Amino acid sequence: MEEHKESTGISTRSVEILVALIFLLIGGMVVFDSFRLGASWGADGPQAGYFPFYVGLIICISSLVTLGQVLLGKVGRSGKIFVEWSQLKLVLSVLLPAAVYIVGIQLIGIYLASAVYIATFMIWLGNYSWFKSIALGVVVSVLGFLTFEVWFQVPLYKGVFDPLSFLGY
Amino acid sequence: MFEDINALFHGFSVALTPFNLLLMFIGVTLGVIIGVLPGLGGANGIAILLPLTFSMPPTSAIIMLSCIYWGALFGGAITSILFNIPGEPWSVATTFDGYPMAQQGRAGEALTASFTSSFVGAFFAVVMITFLAPLVARFALQFGPPEFFSVYFLTFCSFIGMGKEPPFKIMASMMLGFALAAVGIDTVTGQPRLIFGWFELLRGFDFLIAVIGLFGIGEILLSMEEGLSFSGKSAKIDPKIVLETWKKLPQYWLTSLRSCLIGCWLGITPGGATPASFMSYGVAKRMSKNGAKFGTGQLEGVVAPETAAHAAGTSALLPMLALGIPGSPTAAVLLGGLLIWGLQPGPLLFIEQKDFVWGLIASMYLGNIAGLVIVLTCVPLFAAILRVPFSIIAPVIIVICAIGAYTVHNAMLDIWFMLLFGVAGYAFKKLAYPLAPLVLALVLGDRAEDSFRQSMLIAQGDMRIFFSNWLVGGVMALGLVMLFWPVVSKLLVSLRASKTPA
Repeated sequence: MEEHKESTGISTRSVEILVALIFLLIGGMVVFDSFRLGASWGADGPQAGYFPFYVGLIICISSLVTLGQVLLGKVGRSGKIFVEWSQLKLVLSVLLPAAVYIVGIQLIGIYLASAVYIATFMIWLGNYSWFKSIALGVVVSVLGFLTFEVWFQVPLYKGVFDPLSFLGY
Repeated sequence: MFEDINALFHGFSVALTPFNLLLMFIGVTLGVIIGVLPGLGGANGIAILLPLTFSMPPTSAIIMLSCIYWGALFGGAITSILFNIPGEPWSVATTFDGYPMAQQGRAGEALTASFTSSFVGAFFAVVMITFLAPLVARFALQFGPPEFFSVYFLTFCSFIGMGKEPPFKIMASMMLGFALAAVGIDTVTGQPRLIFGWFELLRGFDFLIAVIGLFGIGEILLSMEEGLSFSGKSAKIDPKIVLETWKKLPQYWLTSLRSCLIGCWLGITPGGATPASFMSYGVAKRMSKNGAKFGTGQLEGVVAPETAAHAAGTSALLPMLALGIPGSPTAAVLLGGLLIWGLQPGPLLFIEQKDFVWGLIASMYLGNIAGLVIVLTCVPLFAAILRVPFSIIAPVIIVICAIGAYTVHNAMLDIWFMLLFGVAGYAFKKLAYPLAPLVLALVLGDRAEDSFRQSMLIAQGDMRIFFSNWLVGGVMALGLVMLFWPVVSKLLVSLRASKTPA
């Protein structure tokens, strides 16, 4: 998807094109589904697809214009860099663990996953000692638990395996 | 008029209970912290805390949440002046002169000036809301669906006319918001729309999720890019500096007044605080005697953007209260709160929920005073927060965002959407797709569509209903002017350019 290799990073131009294409795809999907629902005037007034149809149409038109501007070189021709590789690495070092964290939430629940996530992040990217990192992770989770489950009585997701079920919440 | 002043005093009696005062202080403190932290801002901070207020009485809840907003507005200035990192987009212009002042060892002076002018701007806007909002609401009582649709139309066209981004990108972003708003059960016919057989989508996309992802996760990704080191100036504020700065400020009254007006104008029309601060800085630079020295640490260069940003941020609540149309993403989140607490935003609010409305307006006065006191006394404390390394702050903020996203609907899928919105927010910000129109369209999408469909039903599909009387026609025409403003202004420029050589 984003493999336009250059010496220093991903070019703005390729990302512009990609985003415009995604918009075009979304617009197309909206138009398509609006047609399925009926985008015209029904027996009792405008049909369900009447309004979204135009919304989708405008998305398509504006993304086509943006795409045209990029391709014809009005925007982003100057070889500008969207993100340098070193920066991308930093960004991904937040993004990928965050995705893993969300999988973790799904399996073992928000509290445990958060403690693990914060501790790992600190050890891995912050070079903190194991003790400090685990302590902070646990403190944040316990605070969250007290705030949500105990004080405000808002139950959070405990995960498929629910390892904290012994607490009775 | 007198009736409104009476109502305001009644509002003070509502807001001045010990419980509400406590919430006010908690709100402002939380708000400043939110404003100081990267990745958390007024809009997503309030979005995350919203579920915690479901069990409170609505008036107390809105007092706390709006105080978070004031706090966040104040907090943005701290990071811009001390660290040269704008904590909020609207404090970017504050860095231009604020940070040089801090480098010269005048951080205390800059902070005092920015807090004080923030207060002045907000106060001006609150006074305006007090007198103007009831009038607008009374006027809007006669609105039917076509009138409402025309106001929505104007709102969204203003984004295109006044936005700095390429018009077609604004349009794409806005329409994406409308499309996302349409996902789920159609409110009129009950048909599922745009779910493509994926039944978990029946719930639709909640804009709170979008706000948390776009502004929270997106912001974290952006700050990550810039590396992790923050180096800031230390701040000391003692009463002497405060008093000395206050003595200097009155000479900038004209700049203040101008900035207040710019702020209020851009706040009511959905330009928002960020363009207001830039515009006000630009105007001040052009009009001031010291204009050439701007950027080297001029007090006036701090006064102008801060006043305007707060005036805009505050007056964005006027259309939200009086018409049910928010002027900024944060106002949109507050509006979402109203709906969740079971209040119908719009002109009827002033008649049916007097306690709520006037309690809120009274709390704006009190909250801003509380905010000024808190930030002036606790700056070193808040600045210390920014010295906490990013490798601790980043995971904690992501955890807070995930919890916030989950609590909106108790849905696991929403956390995934949050991450997706985060990536989108990161890309959009870098490619100059604006986020505010997306969020407002997502909030207002259903109601804009309803008013459109109702108007179409009344008129049996005849578009001329939008020009059927002077009011609708006027607002629609103004909207069209805004919509085509990028084209019109280009024509004007080229006209002028072709005239000058001759």
